[in-house]
Amino acid sequence: MPKVSMTVNGKPVSGDVDSRTLLVQFLRETLRLTGTHVGCDTSQCGCCVVHVDGDAVKSCTALALSLEGADVRTIEGLANGDKLHPMQEAFRENHGLQCGFCTPGMIMTAVELVSRKGHTLDEKTIREELEGNLCRCTGYHNIVKAIAAGATAMGAKA
Amino acid sequence: MSAQGVGASVLRKEDFRFVTGRGRYTDDINRPGQAHAFFLRSPHAHATINRIDHAAASKMPGVVAIFTGDDIAADKVGGLICGWMIHSKDGSPMKAGAHPALAQGKVRYVGDHVAVVIADTYAQAREAAEKIVVDYGVLPAVTDTADAARTGAPQVHDIAPNNTVYNWHIGDKGATDAAFASARHVAKIDLVNNRLVPNAMEPRAAVGEYDDASDGLVLYTTSQNPHVARLVLSAFIGLAPEHRFRVIAPDVGGGFGSKIFIYAEETVCVWAARKVRRPVKWTADRTEAFLSDAHGRDHVTHGELALDAAGKITAMRVRTTANLGAYLSTFSSCVPTYLYALLLSGQYNIPNIYAEVDAVYTNTAPVDAYRGAGRPEASFLVERLMEIAARETGKDPAEFRRANFITAFPHQTPVILAYDAGNFAASLDSALKLADYANIGKRKAASAAQGKLRGIGFSAYIEACGIAPSAAVGSLGAGVGLWESAEVRVNPIGTVEILTGSHSHGQGHETTFAQLVSGRLGIPFENVSIVHGDTDKVQMGMGTYGSRSGAVGMSAIVKALDKIEAKARKVAGHCLEASPDDIEFRDGKFTVKGTDKSIDFPSVALQAYIAHKFNGQDLEPGLKESAFWDPTNFTFPAGVHICEVEVDPATGVTTIEKWTAVDDFGNLVNPMIVEGQVHGGIAQGVGQALFEGAVYNTDGQLVTASFMDYQMPRADNLPFYDVGTTNTPCPSNPLGIKGCGEAGAIAAPPAVINALTDALGHEDIAMPASPLAVWRAARKTMAMKTAAE
Repeated sequence: MPKVSMTVNGKPVSGDVDSRTLLVQFLRETLRLTGTHVGCDTSQCGCCVVHVDGDAVKSCTALALSLEGADVRTIEGLANGDKLHPMQEAFRENHGLQCGFCTPGMIMTAVELVSRKGHTLDEKTIREELEGNLCRCTGYHNIVKAIAAGATAMGAKA
Repeated sequence: MSAQGVGASVLRKEDFRFVTGRGRYTDDINRPGQAHAFFLRSPHAHATINRIDHAAASKMPGVVAIFTGDDIAADKVGGLICGWMIHSKDGSPMKAGAHPALAQGKVRYVGDHVAVVIADTYAQAREAAEKIVVDYGVLPAVTDTADAARTGAPQVHDIAPNNTVYNWHIGDKGATDAAFASARHVAKIDLVNNRLVPNAMEPRAAVGEYDDASDGLVLYTTSQNPHVARLVLSAFIGLAPEHRFRVIAPDVGGGFGSKIFIYAEETVCVWAARKVRRPVKWTADRTEAFLSDAHGRDHVTHGELALDAAGKITAMRVRTTANLGAYLSTFSSCVPTYLYALLLSGQYNIPNIYAEVDAVYTNTAPVDAYRGAGRPEASFLVERLMEIAARETGKDPAEFRRANFITAFPHQTPVILAYDAGNFAASLDSALKLADYANIGKRKAASAAQGKLRGIGFSAYIEACGIAPSAAVGSLGAGVGLWESAEVRVNPIGTVEILTGSHSHGQGHETTFAQLVSGRLGIPFENVSIVHGDTDKVQMGMGTYGSRSGAVGMSAIVKALDKIEAKARKVAGHCLEASPDDIEFRDGKFTVKGTDKSIDFPSVALQAYIAHKFNGQDLEPGLKESAFWDPTNFTFPAGVHICEVEVDPATGVTTIEKWTAVDDFGNLVNPMIVEGQVHGGIAQGVGQALFEGAVYNTDGQLVTASFMDYQMPRADNLPFYDVGTTNTPCPSNPLGIKGCGEAGAIAAPPAVINALTDALGHEDIAMPASPLAVWRAARKTMAMKTAAE
């Protein structure tokens, strides 16, 4: 089996993978980073969103071998030890999650959204940018609030 | 109210692990030496299985074993069961067709389980399955609800002629017909309550494991009720006795009913684990979830409402055909009967109700409880009829409802239920104000000026939750009791573990249950942990569905806490040298009345365990109590939701401009969590009304089997919701709580469709009201306007 090497959450990792292995499988099964979830098989739900070289990517849609040398960040790499990232904190404070399954993908999407659109996000922008993330629990109300608050908090930190 | 006790919007304990990716869901669990299962599913809706040849498949790399229905039969594995007996009008029992975990001789829907391949990796199992050759004798299929009982329709089960599971009825037909005969006005509707796919974001999964040291089985599974799963797999399917069978439901990523049921896949995984002497893991992909999770709703209904000259309702008459799919799922039979027709009185004084429900088999996935389960179907019918009746008699829809509200409690409906408390007018008044109903005319005019159609729709729903009194449901056919159990373990240093049979899959029990205990015992919130989802840890349980965890699950905890306090009072009495009767317990402290002699709760806990201050023969050492709570009645959450929509007749796009919800859930444990439950319920209800619909073609292929084809509500389809509450405490449980989990899904669909039909000016729109359907309906509106001008 071919070998792939990349940086995940700041650490160099490598593994022998079947050539059809998806990034999400490499993360979940090889590295046992199970915070990244799989909720569909058509790249619709966004439960698997991670950052690849700073971009939000659906890890169910990328082959691990295509990411040789990439810099990957997953939900496990967002907090600073036990200190939550402002977006994680915002989801907690705004009750932006219930079952928690879509949450890692939502948070990773939101963090990248802030990097593209800035710290002042209106409702319409947030809702449109969540086009690729499904949540079945919250009705999105508190997710939208959480992302707006998290974006502001990320700005305050910077 | 303390800062973290009952009534406070405490942030959730469970969130830290979820926002950091440390949640532990079933698919995150890997057992040493595990193999992977792939299910070969039927591509046909209806076919005989003439032969299965898996010789070539068995030789594929990594294959450990391949099993079919023959192996299940040889091992005498019992079939999947339906645990609620319904009798037809003529007294005959429902016709339950055999439901083997792997098909035996025949497949009955696309996705039915034909064989399981177990291999070292999932990819190997899947590849090997492609080499299995199945000789099918394809048969014609029946998929349409209204068509299933037709003479000559393809027969799904031989034991159920005309595909009829039961012909059930409730109410007084003679009195109802008489009321209709003398009615001044009769409002009528024909409707389809569209079939839905629950689609919890976490697909179902299972890891079965056999422990040869104890000859026991372990099943990790995505379950809302692990004890019920163990009971069914043990007592009915016969895999192992309960004392050698452990079921663990760890973090579960949403359920909405679909994870109540005992399915073929987990049955096969745990059975096969013993066969192959390795753990066996299976995780559904989303397509499998669409094909094989139990679906929801799927009714075809004709309803009528009789009014007298004063506009008072005198009777309701209903005829419903409910599609239960190809097999009876675990609780399917009670959904279109007792969870549906018992709610037909709504919030209204209706002296006479008669309902007939025919349940049918079709060549489609099994249908069972999905968020609301029967109550959304009832609410949709009742609230559509109310809206139409108001329109036809020229009455304001809000005031027409108010004039028919039940105002005195308790109220005995003609369909079994006795509502214990409520104040429907209070919710209506509050909702009208929040929705700014007074100015709807101006807003409609403003929309009209821009060529848009604006409408407002009401939904005054009621539901029966907190299910349920065991003896009562037993008399209605339930095979189980619907109590809940709890155990309170106080540790010697005064920290507390609560073991509960309720199961949290998003509801936040680790927070709300800890709030209850922290407030009651006066100990820090952080010092309470909630243990759930493991049959080896929790004594017994019935699980979480039917908005029952608060009303039933927490009541069991209260009962156990009562015992803890009584025992602790005795221990405190010994410590303080006073009679327990002279001791008061407040804010975590036991104090001898009228003195400053006191001892705090942790110290009492320590004394209970070291047992130095009392005679261990007179008073048992330790501080641990358990309780079972059996409810005395259902609870009756009710409220008013108001939806305001704007339709663009040029595109057919419906925009929800404003959503107002005022719900009476009784006392609230955590208002933040309650609001979140309401939000999520509304979104699912809006999904049913505008977007979602499972569609089978006439061949029985599910043409909406992915998120590409089945439209889930997305963030940009939905508004912010204005959520308010009123409160009439529930008199039938110690906390006065009614439950909030299903309300939104029950309330929302009629509110949306009533708003849409108000905007359109006619009733000719069905769910899901997709842009295409709305565009067509709006063309009719425009034609009507042109004709009127």
